[in-house]
Amino acid sequence: MATLPKEADVLENAWGPHLNRMEGPRIDTGTEPDRIVPTHCCFCGQQCGINLKVKDNLVIGFEPRYDFPFNKGMLCPKGVKRYLQGGHPDRITTALRRDPENENGFAPMPYDDAIARVAAEIERIQSTYGPNAFGVFSGASLTTEKAYLMGKFARVCLKTKYIDYNGRLCMVSAGAANKKAFGIDRSANPWDDILNAEVVLIAGSNTAECSPITTNYVWQARENGGKVIVVDPRITPIARTADIFLPVKPGRDVALFNGILHLMIENDWLDHDFIAQHTVGFEAVAEHVEQWTPRRTAEVTGVAEKSIRAAAELWGTAKTSFLMHARGIEHHSHGVENCLSTINIVLASGRIGKPYCAYGTVVGQGNGQGGREHGQKCDQLPGWRDISNPAHREYIAGVWGVKPEELPEAGVDCYEMMRKIDAGEIKGLLSICFNPKVSLPDNAFVTRALEKLEFFTVIDFFLSETAQHADIVLPGSLHEEDEGVVAQVEGRVIKINKAVDPPGDAKQDWRVIQDIAQALGRPHGFTFENPRAIFDELRVASKGGVADYYGITYEKIEAQNGVFWPCPSEEHPGTPRLFEKGSWNPVAKGEGPFYFPDGKARFNVPAYRPPAEDVDAEYPVILTTGRVVSQFLSGTQTRRIGPLVDQYPEPRVEIHPRLAQKYGIADGDWTTVESRRGTITLRAQVVTTIRPDTVFIPYHWAGKKSANQLTIAAQDPVSKIPEYKVCAVRLRKS
Amino acid sequence: MNMEFFIDPNRCIGCQSCVAACSECDTHRGTSMIHLEYVDRPISVQTVPVVCMHCDSPTCAEVCPADAIKRTGDGVVQTARKPRCIACNNCVLACPFGVPKMKVEFSLMMKCDMCYDRTSVGSKPMCASVCPSGALYFGTREEIEHLRPRSQPINKFQFGEQTITTKVHMMVPRDTAVQHVDVLSAMDERTIDDVFEGIE
Repeated sequence: MATLPKEADVLENAWGPHLNRMEGPRIDTGTEPDRIVPTHCCFCGQQCGINLKVKDNLVIGFEPRYDFPFNKGMLCPKGVKRYLQGGHPDRITTALRRDPENENGFAPMPYDDAIARVAAEIERIQSTYGPNAFGVFSGASLTTEKAYLMGKFARVCLKTKYIDYNGRLCMVSAGAANKKAFGIDRSANPWDDILNAEVVLIAGSNTAECSPITTNYVWQARENGGKVIVVDPRITPIARTADIFLPVKPGRDVALFNGILHLMIENDWLDHDFIAQHTVGFEAVAEHVEQWTPRRTAEVTGVAEKSIRAAAELWGTAKTSFLMHARGIEHHSHGVENCLSTINIVLASGRIGKPYCAYGTVVGQGNGQGGREHGQKCDQLPGWRDISNPAHREYIAGVWGVKPEELPEAGVDCYEMMRKIDAGEIKGLLSICFNPKVSLPDNAFVTRALEKLEFFTVIDFFLSETAQHADIVLPGSLHEEDEGVVAQVEGRVIKINKAVDPPGDAKQDWRVIQDIAQALGRPHGFTFENPRAIFDELRVASKGGVADYYGITYEKIEAQNGVFWPCPSEEHPGTPRLFEKGSWNPVAKGEGPFYFPDGKARFNVPAYRPPAEDVDAEYPVILTTGRVVSQFLSGTQTRRIGPLVDQYPEPRVEIHPRLAQKYGIADGDWTTVESRRGTITLRAQVVTTIRPDTVFIPYHWAGKKSANQLTIAAQDPVSKIPEYKVCAVRLRKS
Repeated sequence: MNMEFFIDPNRCIGCQSCVAACSECDTHRGTSMIHLEYVDRPISVQTVPVVCMHCDSPTCAEVCPADAIKRTGDGVVQTARKPRCIACNNCVLACPFGVPKMKVEFSLMMKCDMCYDRTSVGSKPMCASVCPSGALYFGTREEIEHLRPRSQPINKFQFGEQTITTKVHMMVPRDTAVQHVDVLSAMDERTIDDVFEGIE
């Protein structure tokens, strides 16, 4: 029974979030570290290099890691204070079992007994209801070794088709669009290609707050003469000084980019040779965007026609450019079309596959890139292989030492898994690196579904709001307590190094998974001694695939400060820039630079659809959600770090003064925002930096402060990403 | 190598990384000696990191009745000396840049000393190391000229009739003349009070 064992406030009092602050050896100016460990930040997809100062198995601070080329010592405040997640009073150091009799709701138990209980429940559920009655939730903040192991664990050990991951909330719209247009899903260029781009077009990326280090690349491009175009309903810090700011009405991005392509065609700002030689499908798209005249584009997007024309001219006439986008255009029920509409204007310009001619999506999670390549997605096998492709199944089955027919078929996305839990189809769940109770839309539904699980187990280091529902909690590891690789925003594979040992009974996550396999009596393929052994198998599993890691080794990563995949052989240096003229890939086999049999990129027709829930008389205001710089995702870590909470303690609702005035709301007033799914009451922040038809709430908080009480579970039909960026709400002063 | 400090508020994104990193500096762990301000949040996300400008003739030191603020031979104006500081707030009120802050918990004015423990041994200050936007930059004159061709460093500031020259440089657009923000700063100080004569 996965109901809360105690009231939420009792659980919070016992298990946090409590705030950890600098004290003891961390504040004592006389403390010398025993050693300095070069590694990376545990948070976002930039994966900044950082040196951790370690004293007596405790990280006591940091030193800038000037030698790592991506960030050269730079960090955002999350990176600076990240070490305070270690030595935390909320840390889970033993296995826990749900115990409503216990004053804290959970009782410690011996680790081996907990593993035995988890194995027994998996066995019971699967023998009673079938193997697919047990599902797995995983995450893209795990190292690639762990992500790979989770996919293998679900398919080989549990023999369930139901595994999916929290990258579903993050990267999948970009991934699906990249696969449709380019045949490969990775930022096409290294970030150095921003530096001398004539135009940097940033669509739906609050770059300065969500990927702060990228800011310096953009500012440097400006110093070098580049112009910046920002598409966002809010003037975020990256937009404040933009040369052209396009305040798009949330949910109308396709219209905007179709309108820009319309003007490119009208003014013949096209690279005809590139389109003819390297692409397929331009005519159909050209015909489709005929209807997107500047006037209609302006009407639908709410952006001034003159700004649309100015942006189209700047983009159309540039010699070099970098187009980047993030969740702002991806978190939509038409997120894939949004991405495709941006790719169309890149392909029409011919500016890709060359220095300073670039396209990339700004990944969110630490391993947002690597975590989506090697099989923890519901339809995927390692190396970006397809679980429904017989040849791919046969290859991976061979690596795993099982028969191809033993591998399950494709499962469903994580939200659909929630619906299957609600429908009683999935009875048991193992979750790691995922906090769906906070991060999935429509919190009330997610909570109801979780409560229906017959058995729920969570591997975590803190008792997250989701873990509060668990029957058994297994103590997992922090980022700095294990080693392994991740792929950062550029597709550069880097190495996370271990700084300290897990405390108490806590174990590295891959050990916990292997212990479950052992207890189930299904140890085949789960006897790795260390992450390096997992990585060596992953290299073979990815060999010949699109995401080919075969030539990457820990030593090579260290020697080169990272290796860009694909890297098919040990002699191969890696591939910082994709789609270069004359480049070879395993799909085109020399026919062309793109990852299709003919080597050509695809234009795709992006039809405009309004958001799933548009405003109406009853709910007349658009709600959009996002992040603040000092918090990260569902806040399991950052809501426990004192200095980060001090910086932005509570979510506020951003409202334009014109809108605020209509409701009689002044800055600082308690304001109730209500959707068809839920209600939230927060203080208003009245600012002119947001569209007057839109309000914004950051989503890092839980319970009554969770923005996802309001959001809608509408999903993109292809990528299945939820529509976090648009739903209809009404406001009142509380 | 002559390393210098450059501030470009135009680049600032308000992330507070500088403030967070300052409190990690070994000599004053747990306490940040710099701050960051929104200029006018209701209408803009513009923010300004406030590190010490290290004036050639520091007003803070000039108004200090306890002689607690010292300037090193190489031009770094140090935080108030604990044994001397009387927590009178004169420096806080007098500094034209709004740099010093009174730490009431210690009865001590603390302000940026340009990470003297780091810079004096050839290392970069914490804030300028971590700043992800390059709003705070520590490097040579050649480096900044190469990196920022559209900007120029200035270190002379006019406050009424007071001209202040600083060790730290502010980056301003190269092709735009320096403008006064407040008309008062371009007026003869002696005539300002006359303006208000007869106004209740």
